[in-house]
Amino acid sequence: MSALLDQPRIAPDEVQVERRTKRRATYEAPGFLTYALLAAFFLGSAFPLWWSFVIGSRQSSDTNLVPPAIAPGGNFLSNASKVFETVPFFQALLNSLIISGVITVSVVFFSTLAGYSFAKLKFRARNGLLLTVIATMAIPTQLGIIPLFMLMAQWQWIGTLQAVIVPGLVTAFGVFFMRQYLVDVIPDELIEAARMDGASMWGTFWHVALPAARPAMAVLALFTFMAAWTDFLWPLLVLGPTNPSVQTALASLSASGGQSPDNSLVLTGAVLSVIPLLILFIAAGKQLVAGIMQGAVKG
Amino acid sequence: MTTITRAPRAPSSLTAKQKLSRLDYKASPYLYIAPFFILFALIGVFPIAYTLNVSLYDWHLLKGQGDFVGLSNYASVLTDPFFWNAFRNTISIFLLSAIPQLIFATVIAAVLDQAIRARTFWRMSILLPYIVAPVAVAVIFAQVFNQYHGPIAGLLDALGLDPIRWSFDVLPSHVAIASMVNWRWTGYNALILLAAMQSIPRDVYESAALDGANKARRFWAITIPMIRPTLIFVVITSTIGGLQIFTEPKLFDGRTNGGGDRQFQTIVLYLYELAFPRRDFGRASATAWILFIIIILAGLINFAIARIVRTNEMRPTRIPRIGRAALSAPTRIGRRS
Repeated sequence: MSALLDQPRIAPDEVQVERRTKRRATYEAPGFLTYALLAAFFLGSAFPLWWSFVIGSRQSSDTNLVPPAIAPGGNFLSNASKVFETVPFFQALLNSLIISGVITVSVVFFSTLAGYSFAKLKFRARNGLLLTVIATMAIPTQLGIIPLFMLMAQWQWIGTLQAVIVPGLVTAFGVFFMRQYLVDVIPDELIEAARMDGASMWGTFWHVALPAARPAMAVLALFTFMAAWTDFLWPLLVLGPTNPSVQTALASLSASGGQSPDNSLVLTGAVLSVIPLLILFIAAGKQLVAGIMQGAVKG
Repeated sequence: MTTITRAPRAPSSLTAKQKLSRLDYKASPYLYIAPFFILFALIGVFPIAYTLNVSLYDWHLLKGQGDFVGLSNYASVLTDPFFWNAFRNTISIFLLSAIPQLIFATVIAAVLDQAIRARTFWRMSILLPYIVAPVAVAVIFAQVFNQYHGPIAGLLDALGLDPIRWSFDVLPSHVAIASMVNWRWTGYNALILLAAMQSIPRDVYESAALDGANKARRFWAITIPMIRPTLIFVVITSTIGGLQIFTEPKLFDGRTNGGGDRQFQTIVLYLYELAFPRRDFGRASATAWILFIIIILAGLINFAIARIVRTNEMRPTRIPRIGRAALSAPTRIGRRS
């Protein structure tokens, strides 16, 4: 094995030549098997979601058909309106939009600001503070829910949206992510030039750093929004059933039928809860893929 | 290069402005990082630290702080058979999700790491489950694995097999919950591994192919060793996430906190049950710190295993890395912060 891997070191020039001439020969186009596998992965990814939509548009007794039902029926809209009657789903959509929107704007703005400072400005204790940020990224903040809950109770925020929003306003990951991006992307000369021209520090940030940071800000926004939208444990603790987020509304919908829940109703709710992110996915799925592949990873 | 403090063009009448500019220059870096640190101290650091304080008291959700009890909350959690039950369940669900996930993600990444057509479409298609929130995943899979009415029950029935008691028996319930995690995260991890595979210089494969190594051999001898740092990253992040699993087991049977006999109660569910239905904040806080320590230990064990594997077999594989910095720091640290 090691001999095999040592090969490029032994004859790098030869390999260079081979690369130019033999590219096609060693890189044959993938065959039928590859596409069959890809199609299988696609089916595995899509089927549970499609099946939920199918059952959501039919009736509960169709859940155990063999082979499983794959053609949608005509009940989706009537099931959907029943969902809106059973739980305050419209309120939930609005709440989730507000929560995720405010958190996203806050995280992206403060992360860019602090990330820029860490990447491009010189100050004492910079490295030490940056190390603190990196160290705090590893801390599972979800384990602090008990004091956080006590804090929210003391401020009488239980049941309000700010109880969900405030604990999400900044993340250590966001700061580190923006710092890593900005450290390479803005040349130091550009910042010095702006200062030479008499720009204030804030002016430099606003007119030089912010435009340069835009691609990374978009990626961070995407992942922050998704994380806020899909969060469950914390909203479950601080939001009541009358003022739910999409996730807590769906959870109470699934518990609504007691011993005999209406399965197709529950699956309709699941599909409805997915639609907003599905739209986001269709619009920005490419950026999501690129973000994950570049390490913009945040779950 | 001239700096602003020297400012040769500035006439002497502008000293006040210069002073202001100097203050701006000195203070701005701190002002820009201040909002993050102040907010994070309040919502990140304080709660974790204060959890330690709460764990040392008799502390009731409604009655508040009681007597100082030292470490007895820790002792009562660590001698509680339900805690160890939750611990076993968490590890079992974690292994049932992490291992198949890693294997499948590597295979998917290897399939995608070819000159395929419609590349973006296939990459997006495996990421589709990631946009489905864990609550929706749990709700959907609770139907799929419904013992009486689910499609799997229908299939077993049609094949003449006995029904599997998905939500009553220990192992079947763990399989059902692990499959929720696997469905949502496999594609996501495959994309991370794909990025690592694409940063391997193609020349390495080509020279190996010229030397007569077939596809399988190239995969085991080149791909796997070269994506090892990323594999370790994926393992560590899924460990940190997997040990904190809550939503999926909570909603697999929403009326209970992990099944009627706690057959799929995880550590965070145990913590949740202590803190809210049972209102014992002291013991719940002790559980949080115990879990915190378990997570740190698991991270250290991962690192140790990775080191042993590296020193034992992977010595001579220093191959110059070129191309994109797909494996730069944010990939390695970062996910669920």
